[in-house]
Amino acid sequence: MLKKGGGGRVEVRGTKADRPKIPGRTFPETLSHAWKFRGIYALGILPLAFFLVIRYLPLWNAQIAFKEFSPLDGVWGSPWNGLANFSAFFRSPYFWPLLRNTLMYSLAKLILGIPAAVLLALALYETGRRALRKVVQTLAYLPHFLSWIILHGILLGLFSASEGLFNEINRAAGVGTVNYMGDPAVFPFIVVLSDLWKEMGWSAIIFLAALMGIDPALFESAQVEGASRLQQVRYITLPGILEVVVVVALLRIGTILDAGFHQLFVLYSVPVYDVGDIIDTWVYRQGILNADYSVATAVGLFKGLIGLGFLVAANRLAKRIAGSGLY
Amino acid sequence: MRKSPGDAVFQFLVDNYLVVILILMVLPLWRVFMLSVTPQVDLSDRTFGMLVPPSRWSLAAYKQFLTHPSFLVAAGNSFLILGMGVSLSLFLTVPLAYVLSVRNLPGRRFLHTLVMIPFLFNPGLIPSYLVVTGLGLYDRLLAVVVPGAINVYNVFVMKNFFEGLPEELKEAARIDGASELYILFKVVIPLSKPILLTIGLFYGVHFWNDFFNAILYLGDARLQPLPILLRNILQAANFNEYVDIDVFSEARMESLKAASVFLTALPMLLIYPWIQRYFTKGTLSGGLKG
Repeated sequence: MLKKGGGGRVEVRGTKADRPKIPGRTFPETLSHAWKFRGIYALGILPLAFFLVIRYLPLWNAQIAFKEFSPLDGVWGSPWNGLANFSAFFRSPYFWPLLRNTLMYSLAKLILGIPAAVLLALALYETGRRALRKVVQTLAYLPHFLSWIILHGILLGLFSASEGLFNEINRAAGVGTVNYMGDPAVFPFIVVLSDLWKEMGWSAIIFLAALMGIDPALFESAQVEGASRLQQVRYITLPGILEVVVVVALLRIGTILDAGFHQLFVLYSVPVYDVGDIIDTWVYRQGILNADYSVATAVGLFKGLIGLGFLVAANRLAKRIAGSGLY
Repeated sequence: MRKSPGDAVFQFLVDNYLVVILILMVLPLWRVFMLSVTPQVDLSDRTFGMLVPPSRWSLAAYKQFLTHPSFLVAAGNSFLILGMGVSLSLFLTVPLAYVLSVRNLPGRRFLHTLVMIPFLFNPGLIPSYLVVTGLGLYDRLLAVVVPGAINVYNVFVMKNFFEGLPEELKEAARIDGASELYILFKVVIPLSKPILLTIGLFYGVHFWNDFFNAILYLGDARLQPLPILLRNILQAANFNEYVDIDVFSEARMESLKAASVFLTALPMLLIYPWIQRYFTKGTLSGGLKG
């Protein structure tokens, strides 16, 4: 609102805000200043009310983590029981395996996912064939937009005992049928690799954008000096996107406890619970299927708090390294 | 520019890497497509059903689905959820993003923090479940629409776009005495068509793909969207309820499964090539900075 000067202008809603805040402004003055924005506040009422109900009411409900919740007494009326729900979980035999599986999937996806995405972005950037680049881009971004249920169908086409491609090959080779999706030794690989297949292209976008941002003059002077393409990648391209890679990795670490709930929910089955159960899937079964709301909420809250810590720390680090973070 | 032998090798490796990626991306999709159109397993086929000639394809599985009431009901529900979800989401997201984008709004920082907190701290599944069921939404289509209606990330992408619009236009309208509602509809929205399309598509993908909310809140089979039908078919639970498969059926079970995968993905596959650039733009204009 840069409508200053030009004296005698009609009073314009909101112009006062351009003035630096006068420390001595009284409360009524602040109110009358805010009153000028009433039209804008009015626009926000409906979405904010909606937002409060769907995103803040859950924060209120989260108190049942410290209560022995019974639906009859309601959230407020149920009796407090301190940290009993938390200790029930921490002492249960589930705690360590769940944490291990969650971290295992998160880290495996991170460690494989980022280099794969960088490599793909690099290849897309370096290839001279426009048509090839377009086709690969289109196909590699596509699975990001398919749901895990569809992915499940696709994976069955490859791995299922009855119609899976690999089992048809096995049978032709005289090897018996293998139930890959139900084999605890194979299942984690299917999880990690299918996530890679689904998200590799999409995560490459940000790296590709970073590559496009590298100053072309750097390559020109390198060519004058006689640097090979590989040397240019090593000394210009990779250092040029290092910062972005570090920030992306940090922000992924910020959500380290999100190991891929929808994916595991769809793909896992009883035979692979030992290696397929993560915190989120356990919360679903304990809370929704067993109706043990309080313990499930306690576990969800625990995860949320750890997640908050990681996210804030990762964001700080990203800001320190690159000057920009997630928020 | 002259090419050294080393550079030629480099180029060869890069291009071939992309070809390998291409094959890896296509192969699983091709497999499902082949399964869906192959009426019988040919044990003598040395390509494991991957290269059945088009003359032997059969669309029986697709026909069976497209004429089956369960499929039509589920597809109808999916489109209903899509339409309701995208409308409600834009109806709420646009004004919220606009309010947050007004630079000198008193209390802007507070509002910003208010929207940010649930993004950073998620109390988990059960507290939200209690909210949705507490609103009496169980077994109503609205239950799968409401939880995803305001996506904080989308709000901020849109807010960033609004902030980039020239302030002078809005200011000129204000001088003429226009209301904020008028400014939003007649000044801001006409200038924001690309971002509205992008965000609308993001929401559209979410509502089309969403299955978990349907699992949580829709117990009634008549309300379930396509992904749930697909899940039931893939798990072969109550298969007969969904598709009449018997000895007279032309299509085998595997074809039916594969066809249902393809049909559920089809709308996405059809519109995807045309909208791809909006998605890439949307994801790059992201960032939640205020």
